[in-house]
Amino acid sequence: MTTGLPSREPLARARPEPRPLRPTLPALLADAAALYATFAQTLYSVMRGRKDRAAVVQQMYEIGNRSLIFVCVVMGFIGMILVFQGGLQTQRVVPDLSGLGAQFLELLVRDLSASICALMLATRVGAGIAAEIGSMVVTEQIDALRMCAADPIDYLVKPRFLASLSMTLVLTVIAGSVAFASGMGAAYAFFGINPRTFVNLSLVDRGDACVGLAKCIAYGGTIPIVSAHAGLTTFGGSAGVGAATTRAVVNSSLAVIALDFVISGLGYLIFGG
Amino acid sequence: MSLAPAPSPNLQRFDRIALGAAEQARLTGTLALMLAGIVRAIVKREMDRSELLANLHRMGVKSLPVVVTTALFTGGIMVIQAGPIVERYGAQGLLGWGAGFGTLREIGPLLTALMISGRVGANNTAELGTMAVTEQIDALRALAIDPKSFLVAPRFCAIVTTLLLSTLFADALALFGAAECGWALLGVEPSIFYRGLTSDLLGIGDVLHGLIKSVVFGAVIGLSSCHFGMTTRGGAPGVGRSVNATVVVSAAGIFGLDYLLSFVLQ
Repeated sequence: MTTGLPSREPLARARPEPRPLRPTLPALLADAAALYATFAQTLYSVMRGRKDRAAVVQQMYEIGNRSLIFVCVVMGFIGMILVFQGGLQTQRVVPDLSGLGAQFLELLVRDLSASICALMLATRVGAGIAAEIGSMVVTEQIDALRMCAADPIDYLVKPRFLASLSMTLVLTVIAGSVAFASGMGAAYAFFGINPRTFVNLSLVDRGDACVGLAKCIAYGGTIPIVSAHAGLTTFGGSAGVGAATTRAVVNSSLAVIALDFVISGLGYLIFGG
Repeated sequence: MSLAPAPSPNLQRFDRIALGAAEQARLTGTLALMLAGIVRAIVKREMDRSELLANLHRMGVKSLPVVVTTALFTGGIMVIQAGPIVERYGAQGLLGWGAGFGTLREIGPLLTALMISGRVGANNTAELGTMAVTEQIDALRALAIDPKSFLVAPRFCAIVTTLLLSTLFADALALFGAAECGWALLGVEPSIFYRGLTSDLLGIGDVLHGLIKSVVFGAVIGLSSCHFGMTTRGGAPGVGRSVNATVVVSAAGIFGLDYLLSFVLQ
């Protein structure tokens, strides 16, 4: 492996240092406390802060409308994949596939529609929020806001929080419909299941709807808070913005998966499946 | 009054769609060319080995906490979702099979790829983008060092290897998490779970299915993150835009190819 390269020490040193990835326990706890403080401040400013409808509507457009195509494409593929794989595997055990649609719909309502949509939003919206707020921090625009006696949380985080809370619900419903429609097409094409048999609401009950709704609200509230916190704690120039974006995407995805686990578990214990 | 007809709004919309399609085609072609360049660098043994090792450590070893957390929770979620089905049919022996095929074929590779794309892909773009914006890549060219063999090829290989090994690791951990969660929530003994897992219904083919997918996902993440990083323009906001583009393109590519691969690999 001879490349005849000159000494590469200077380049290696010029590279931006990533944030230490194995922080100590006190640092982790302090970070969690700061995250919680951001959440509490956001809730406070939602209750008490000024009403800023224009900003909320604009963020709803940014978060909702501009993610719509991305979410629809992904959920369309997901619906086809799940029905295809699920049908193939089920055929190995039971030859009768007439319950596939009902089972698929229950799974979508209870978990997949909200969770996969939220994972997509965590990457797209989370990265966007962290990059925007992070570059404002680095260019000292946040300090300028504070100078003008405008609370950055009230001014920046609150509209994103409200917009994400409402648009996650809307996007989840759309995403679930798209996934179910594409799954219906796949079931007809691969297994010859009549769409009338596939559309079967019999397995969806109150518990499934409650669990799905709880997930929507939890994800919609968590993603902007985690991402805005990552953005607000940016340090160290443009490399810092990149690191903040990474942290926002990873932490909000992890939060979605952890919340999914907790809410699914609770829902299972409360509604008994 | 001007004689030129006003452009009809429909035509404008069509133009936009056509331009978007052309842009996608150009992106795909650029990524393919980049892949060819990387393969050439590897075949001609021009890839920088110490860079490869450094990147493997930085990307692979340091992603472990994220991969472990994701995998354990994923296993738990799979079992909770399979729980009602198990109770409805009383098929405890099938729990291992149900969680197993879902994890090995789809959820394991998919979620690991999404997490690695968020952590490693975005970080890689941010790093390369910062180097591009601060003209360090031009400096490399001025020193007669090929950025492809020094920067792109080692990172690409490191990402593919990282994702392959992480998926293998995540599969095992997710199944462990599923077994424990099934025991805690559904009261299915781990031994019954593992017996369902190792019955004839699942085979090495299911594991390989997931691993082939993970290699392709790794290639998608590596190519898109290196491409958007190297072509970053416009200072610090440009780096942010590149990172965003990487994450979105990787996720869309992962899901699209997942669909195609699920077919091809049957």
